[in-house]
Amino acid sequence: MATPVKVHGPPLSTAVSRVLACLIEKDVPFQLIPVNMAKGEHKSPDFLKIQPFGQVPAFQDEATSLFESRAICRYICEKYPEKGNKGLYGTNPLAKASIDQWVEAEGQSFNPPSSVLVFQLAFAPRMKLKQDPSLISQNEAKLEKVLDVYDKRLGESRFLAGDDFSLADLSHLPNAHYLVNAAERGELFTSKKNVERWWGEISSRDSWKKVVDMQKQAT
Amino acid sequence: MAVMKVHGSPFSTSTQRVLACLYDKDVEFQFVNVDMGAGQHKSESFLSLNAIPAFEQGDLKLFESRAITQYIAQEYSDKGTQLLLPESNKTMALLQLWKEVEAHQFNPPSTKLVFELHYKPLFGMATDTAAVEENEAGLAKVLDVYEARLAQSKYLAGDHFTLVDLHHLPNAHYLMRSSAKKLFDSRPLVSAWVADITARPAWSKVLDLQKY
Repeated sequence: MATPVKVHGPPLSTAVSRVLACLIEKDVPFQLIPVNMAKGEHKSPDFLKIQPFGQVPAFQDEATSLFESRAICRYICEKYPEKGNKGLYGTNPLAKASIDQWVEAEGQSFNPPSSVLVFQLAFAPRMKLKQDPSLISQNEAKLEKVLDVYDKRLGESRFLAGDDFSLADLSHLPNAHYLVNAAERGELFTSKKNVERWWGEISSRDSWKKVVDMQKQAT
Repeated sequence: MAVMKVHGSPFSTSTQRVLACLYDKDVEFQFVNVDMGAGQHKSESFLSLNAIPAFEQGDLKLFESRAITQYIAQEYSDKGTQLLLPESNKTMALLQLWKEVEAHQFNPPSTKLVFELHYKPLFGMATDTAAVEENEAGLAKVLDVYEARLAQSKYLAGDHFTLVDLHHLPNAHYLMRSSAKKLFDSRPLVSAWVADITARPAWSKVLDLQKY
């Protein structure tokens, strides 16, 4: 029987939870290996061997060692096409191209402002760090513009890349979840009709609920 | 197959990324110049977070330069330069990994530096020296990782030039013509790698488009 894949990192990390959501959607068994970031484990020489930027997650599938959550997700989908959700990364080149486009949009346009807001509003207070109000308002404005584009797109298409839930939608779950549930920014999503509908659908997927449970158990 | 069209500006780094890919794949395409001065890239006909580059082939419409290059590299896998590592899931995963590194580690600080050191002077705007310092420090850390990586493999993702290296071309090109050049010059393997990738004929063809 194949060894379960290994994911190194805390489930509370947005990038780690992106990989966990993908593994659960694909029904791929995994072992979650804790990394104590408060103690700086992610900067230790041993950890830097598997993630040279000292960030989480790191991932291993037998002899294959990877990092960067979106690359790990694509690898899982390509290596296990017949497992779990078969259409998660598309079943033909055109579908895949559309999914790639929206994963890039997530990475280039949604992630930067939402990451800043998640850190400033959800993590900084808990870490007793000072917030930066102008950084918060700048990034709220940026994120609003992004979600305006999403609202138009989601008026034409049920999910971002097409009619089916895909890696593109999944990629948004970690940051959006914190914005809605830990940063009191739910209105960003509920004030736009199509975005609200989309958020309701993707956040109620069984796979995401399981990730949220893992995050709750970790606190 | 329907003809490929790229809408963009030869002076924009993200458009250059797509053009470099098309030239390296040696495939025919039509380039539709978008005059950024005339505000064309803001018109409603481009549904996009970043309106250029936009790509069309028949019914397929794509934006995001890295999704466009991925599609072209895959669809025309047997033409021109092989820009992927299709041998196994593992080699493809390494390609995806280093593509993400360029997008999330190299791109942010280098884009900010190109904006401060190349575009701002062009538009007669004042460079923010604090931003330059901050981003040079950030980029230096990334290039340290690259220096270690290039000791293990000739190019970032493996032993031949791929999409990963190609994606760096536009920002690397402008940075090598700025004060940030020192970050590359001081790292021998990175320096040799930049010299190699910017000398590719496909990249010269992209720069030629700026002459018209």
